[in-house]
Amino acid sequence: MRYRLTAPVTREDLAPLRAGDTVLLSGVVYTARDAAHGRMMELLDRGEALPFPVEGSALYYVGPTPERPGETIGSAGPTTSGRMDACSPRLLDLGQAVMIGKGARNRAVKEAVVRNGAVYLAALGGAGALMAASVKELEIICWEDLGCEAVRRLVVEDMPLTVILDAHGGDLYESGPAAYLNSL
Amino acid sequence: MRTIPAPEIAAAVARLCIRANTLLPEDVDRALELAQHTEPWPLAEETLSLLRQNQDLAWERGLPICQDTGMACVFVELGQEVHIDGDLEEAIHAGVRQGYGEGYLRKSIVADPLRRVNTGDNAPASITVRIVPGDRCAITVVPKGFGSENKSRLAMLKPADGAEGVKEFVVETVRLAGPDPCPPVVLGIGIGGSFDKVAALAKHALLRPLDEPNPDPFYEKLEDELLEEINALGIGPQGFGGRTTCLGLAIETAPTHVAGLPVAVNVSCHVTRRATEVM
Repeated sequence: MRYRLTAPVTREDLAPLRAGDTVLLSGVVYTARDAAHGRMMELLDRGEALPFPVEGSALYYVGPTPERPGETIGSAGPTTSGRMDACSPRLLDLGQAVMIGKGARNRAVKEAVVRNGAVYLAALGGAGALMAASVKELEIICWEDLGCEAVRRLVVEDMPLTVILDAHGGDLYESGPAAYLNSL
Repeated sequence: MRTIPAPEIAAAVARLCIRANTLLPEDVDRALELAQHTEPWPLAEETLSLLRQNQDLAWERGLPICQDTGMACVFVELGQEVHIDGDLEEAIHAGVRQGYGEGYLRKSIVADPLRRVNTGDNAPASITVRIVPGDRCAITVVPKGFGSENKSRLAMLKPADGAEGVKEFVVETVRLAGPDPCPPVVLGIGIGGSFDKVAALAKHALLRPLDEPNPDPFYEKLEDELLEEINALGIGPQGFGGRTTCLGLAIETAPTHVAGLPVAVNVSCHVTRRATEVM
């Protein structure tokens, strides 16, 4: 199935999604990868607020290349999500609803996805130019010193994504290869 | 004796950094095209088609194919009759700074592995120099992304493990990597040598064009068998399932010790980049 979603999302928006579905995502997406996740954990440890409204939010694990003059963004494909596994359950429990990246997640993240009715979507790894084409606006909202790892507020239009982990326990990285092998 | 001024080296490296990051090598492009046309699983075929569209879009818009524009691994084959007027290594680092700046490429290098402050210009490069006969200087820039690099593995096998042991280790490496290294992957495989040498062989094997078979029929057969076993895993493009898990692989070997069988697998992705200039 193909769905259109607009972020921030509600749990009701995500409920029908199943591993293997495709999503065209529009709306507001925040970028955060390794270093930004580290700083977000420090903020939470100190009891401070996150630098963006967390409820229903979508986080994209990406460190784009610098934008050329006159361009919105450089190349912007996903980085490996597994490095964010230690932080994601805490953020999902606080209200983050959509994770966008590539690659496998651990059991704790899968459980947090189910517990919170969240979703993990894959962007096309290594397809930085294609993913960049859906980004319409970009603004650095904090931690500019982190360079490509600074947190950016993106406005995206029809970003092409694939559901990996759904709120019902589905995992495309298990079911996809299994379905192919069963077809042989 | 022929003299090459160091600034010419720097200028070549800068050009190569930009070219490698925006234009996929022809052999990798052809391998992707062939994979798309032979992929039996519809979702996988569609995914491969999108990966190819990405290349075209990158070239048209002057964007890097992938946002991880990598650590600049620079291979120099320096003719022994060449005199470099200036500091060769510093010229290479300067070329990387220039190329990554002018090309709007991402700066992904931290100065220290534990204190992790970004150098801001993607220097220094990782440099390998080989002295060869002649009066030419060939420079190859391999921008290496770490999504795949992180999935690389090395093992010191027992001689009795033999070819089967090597195959098991390579296939296991791809299985463990799963969707993380942006499959379809490309593998550089080193066999033999010593602990340090085998890793260098694996990295160097990534330079061989994917459509160029191993010159040794014994290893050509081993490469074919490995490719077939890996593409029976079912991981598929992006790990969504399918036949095309690996686009191609290359084995490099070296003499080793009677007591050892080192093997290293350097994992690369569908955006396996390299560009060469000969001076």
